[in-house]
Amino acid sequence: MISERLWDILADSFLKILIPGITVTIPLTVISFTLAIVIAVVTALIQFAQIKVLKQIARFYVWVIRGTPLLVQLFIVFYGLPGIGIVLSPFPAAVIVFSLNEGAYASETIRAALESVPRGQMEAGYCVGMSYLQIMRRIVLPQAFRTAFPPLSNSLIGMVKDTSLAANITVAEMFMSTQRIVARTYEPLALYMEVGLIYLMFSTVLTKLQRIGERKLGAYEQQERTAVQMTGVRRMRRRGLGR
Amino acid sequence: MLEIKNIHKKFGASEVLKGVDISVNRGDVVAILGPSGSGKTTLLRCINFLEKADRGTLIFDGEEFALERITKKDVARLRRKTAFVFQNYNLFRNRTALGNVTEGLITARKMSEQEAERIARRALDKVGMSERCDYYPNQLSGGQQQRVAIARALATDPEIIYFDEPTSALDPELIGEVLAVMRQLAEEGMTMLVVTHEMNFARNVSSQVIFMENGVVVEQGSAKQMFEEPRMARTREFLGTTANR
Ligand SMILES: Nc1ncnc2c1ncn2[C@@H]1O[C@H](COP(=O)(O)OP(=O)(O)OP(=O)(O)O)[C@@H](O)[C@H]1O
Ligand SMILES: [Mg+2]
Repeated sequence: MISERLWDILADSFLKILIPGITVTIPLTVISFTLAIVIAVVTALIQFAQIKVLKQIARFYVWVIRGTPLLVQLFIVFYGLPGIGIVLSPFPAAVIVFSLNEGAYASETIRAALESVPRGQMEAGYCVGMSYLQIMRRIVLPQAFRTAFPPLSNSLIGMVKDTSLAANITVAEMFMSTQRIVARTYEPLALYMEVGLIYLMFSTVLTKLQRIGERKLGAYEQQERTAVQMTGVRRMRRRGLGR
Repeated sequence: MLEIKNIHKKFGASEVLKGVDISVNRGDVVAILGPSGSGKTTLLRCINFLEKADRGTLIFDGEEFALERITKKDVARLRRKTAFVFQNYNLFRNRTALGNVTEGLITARKMSEQEAERIARRALDKVGMSERCDYYPNQLSGGQQQRVAIARALATDPEIIYFDEPTSALDPELIGEVLAVMRQLAEEGMTMLVVTHEMNFARNVSSQVIFMENGVVVEQGSAKQMFEEPRMARTREFLGTTANR
């Protein structure tokens, strides 16, 4: 049974958890993910275009990041770097780690998407006189982006949840706030479930956005249906005029 | 107008082109025939720099280029005068039929959008695709896609169009519509170099026929001569068997 006291704690804590969610978790995610995509596109393009030395560096970066735990990376940057004189505040430290971490994973997604664009697309571009950069920008990247969109959306949802790890380096995000309330009230089960529900809310919104985005991007696949509908309408109209 | 001399190409250890010479005059429709693996596609790709030839000379409008060390600038310049139609169409998947034709005009030729669209609509009209301007490639049949690809080639106003087996990815009932467009172009005097397995096209539409095998040209002659009195026994055998298939 949920006692009245527990209800009060839950109701009282809801905003205390949600507000850091809105002021810390979401900005942390949005900033980190945006930077991650920039890093990922650059890293993927370097490899796709086979740029010599840079390609080695890109591979090394991806190898190191993917081969070590996120929590360890957070600790190295926040607790380790001060040892060599680099002291970072918790939030920037978290942004650096999350963007570098996600950048490595997302670069592999984007690289695979780039490679999935048939060679013929590029060759056709060359044959109508386009330059490498024009073809990349107008033909290959848009197609790759569309392929990469669903897996990148998944990564974004993953990142919202992973930001809870930042509590370990004293970032006052949702999970950290929950822990504080638990320490005061000794109601771990209810409170951790409450914060879990809030994460679930955030993820659900993102999943919905992903659907909308996919529908928009799917233009040149799904228009099949609308085009057929359109010709149907046109035909009907013509017939109507004929009568 | 176009002359290729002594073109060589190896893939690893296998020599695919072993010194091929061909020449195409303005207004010619040259059909390249030959068994699978004889190097026809490779030849076209080398001529349009999609593949780098190991050795050879290309003479275009009297200007001579060494294929093994041609500069990017010359490649770009030559590509402005040529167009390529692929076996599997290679339409830009993220562009409509109209967008496929305007893309190169706008980006490579720096045309205004209206100008490009005007030219594109004319080209699409010519191949009978003006009704389908707003369709994406995956909403079009193979034959329709190939006709859009031909419109894309035409729109750049090329001096010569290279075709690599333009009908061999098509269902039999769709081949006719593409060949009809090509025949029309031939009649209008477009210069074309066509790799094909369509014997009727080679015989009735092309002016010259080149027979290739194992990376060399076995015989070249007028379509009439090649089909009616080929000099080489091998040509007779190949054209005889495939024509009667
Ligand atoms: N990129 C490549 N790498 C290695 N070998 C290749 C490559 N492209 C072609 N080849 C080889 O070169 C030879 C000639 O191929 P090509 O495609 O030019 O023949 P083709 O005359 O066009 O044949 P088809 O009538 O089947 O299209 C073949 O043996 C093929 O395996
Ligand atoms: Mg071929």
